[in-house]
Amino acid sequence: MLAVLFDTSLRSFLRKTFAITDMEVRKLLHDPTELATRAIQPALWLLIFGQVMARANVLATGSTPYLDFLVPGILAQSVLFVSIFNGISVIWERDLGIVHKFLASPTPRAALVLGKGLAGGVRAVSQALVVLVLAALLGARLQWSPLSLGGVLILVLLGAALFSTFSLIIACLVKTRERFMGVGQVLTMPLFFASSAIYPTSIMPRWLQVFARFNPLTYQIDGLRAFLLPDSTVAPLGVATDLIVMSSVLAVLVMICARTYPNIVR
Amino acid sequence: MRWRFICMSRDLPPSAGTACVAGFEIRTQAADVRRVIGYVPQALSADGDLTGYENLLVFARLYDVPRRERRSRIDDALALMGLTEAAQRLVKGYSGGMIRRLEIAQSTLHRPMVLFLDEPTVGLDPVARRDVWGLIGQLRQRYGSTIVLTTHYLEEAAALCNRIGIMNRGRLVATGTVAELEASAGAGATLDEVFTQYTGSGSESEPAPGVAYDATSATRRAADRTG
Repeated sequence: MLAVLFDTSLRSFLRKTFAITDMEVRKLLHDPTELATRAIQPALWLLIFGQVMARANVLATGSTPYLDFLVPGILAQSVLFVSIFNGISVIWERDLGIVHKFLASPTPRAALVLGKGLAGGVRAVSQALVVLVLAALLGARLQWSPLSLGGVLILVLLGAALFSTFSLIIACLVKTRERFMGVGQVLTMPLFFASSAIYPTSIMPRWLQVFARFNPLTYQIDGLRAFLLPDSTVAPLGVATDLIVMSSVLAVLVMICARTYPNIVR
Repeated sequence: MRWRFICMSRDLPPSAGTACVAGFEIRTQAADVRRVIGYVPQALSADGDLTGYENLLVFARLYDVPRRERRSRIDDALALMGLTEAAQRLVKGYSGGMIRRLEIAQSTLHRPMVLFLDEPTVGLDPVARRDVWGLIGQLRQRYGSTIVLTTHYLEEAAALCNRIGIMNRGRLVATGTVAELEASAGAGATLDEVFTQYTGSGSESEPAPGVAYDATSATRRAADRTG
């Protein structure tokens, strides 16, 4: 009996989550220009920063060429950047009155939140495609097996859902666009630099290493390296740890966000 | 009056007392309440970046309209609202009256027992307003829904409503049919006079400063988009 109840309510939860995701993806398809402009930044990181640093040859990445090392980092960065400002849409919807109607419908808060997070994932996948194609053109030697690409897809979706939800929480707390943009800018850089995106954490000072250990981006990058690069020493944490940490953080963030979400209309 | 406060009772509990909607207690049975009501906020609530059809589709899903019936209910709603032609266009390009009709369609796909409309005709031109009036009558006939609407226009209340409640400073000061209210205010009183009598000069009472500004800004925006 309980199992049946759980089954139907879980199915209903997932159905509504996907209804939200579907809606967001449709919006994206109506106007995909934003995604094209978004892809410029990671391209510049790979083309300029990547090329220069590869020549300088100052970062110890073992047997892995620097460009190869950098690709998963930039991949994760593009996911972070495209997701961290996702929350602004809910401020926009709040100002219009759209949120009120969703909140008055029989939709669990967590489905509203997770649906938006997964839509962030779809946006991020488009960014990931650009980065991967560019990396291939630049001659990065990555593992292109279906297993690797499947792993990358999961990590990109997980990471984007995680940072989108984080962004939604901030939006629900600050409530105005100006404050949101400010907070978003302040958070992006520490998350990026205190991760293993562009250099191994081993060269960081101790305190920063500790910070990087608590940074979900570190786990996403570690997982991406594990799937994309042949040398496992550049992914010291291990895929299992990465996936467990990221799904747990996502679950906690969705729960927190479901609680703070109604806050947006007050 | 902000009906959304009632609709989202779980998020904003009543300051005192309780209420029942369609037999469900708003605090303890909030989920049941949400299933049986429809709610059209005063502010813009259709998504401009989606087509009319897509706006309906997402609400059909969120309100658990069975998959088999989705298409036919959406088509019916579009036809009833006169939006069949515009269904595949982005809502951004709709007129104020079209948006309002779409919003009403979104909130009635699940055949609510009680439909709340928060100032449904604010900012609409006379033709669009009359369209909305006609629709409200049709919805009541077709689905037998109880319709609760708030309005500042007394002729609207008189034309549409079986029962009217007058609110002053957040309190219900009088209820009844048009005839009852007019009779209560003395022989030959018009509804305008009834309203003045019950609210006195205190209709523009002083709520908390931020609230008045927010509410006014929302009203103006709603009026603005429909220009």
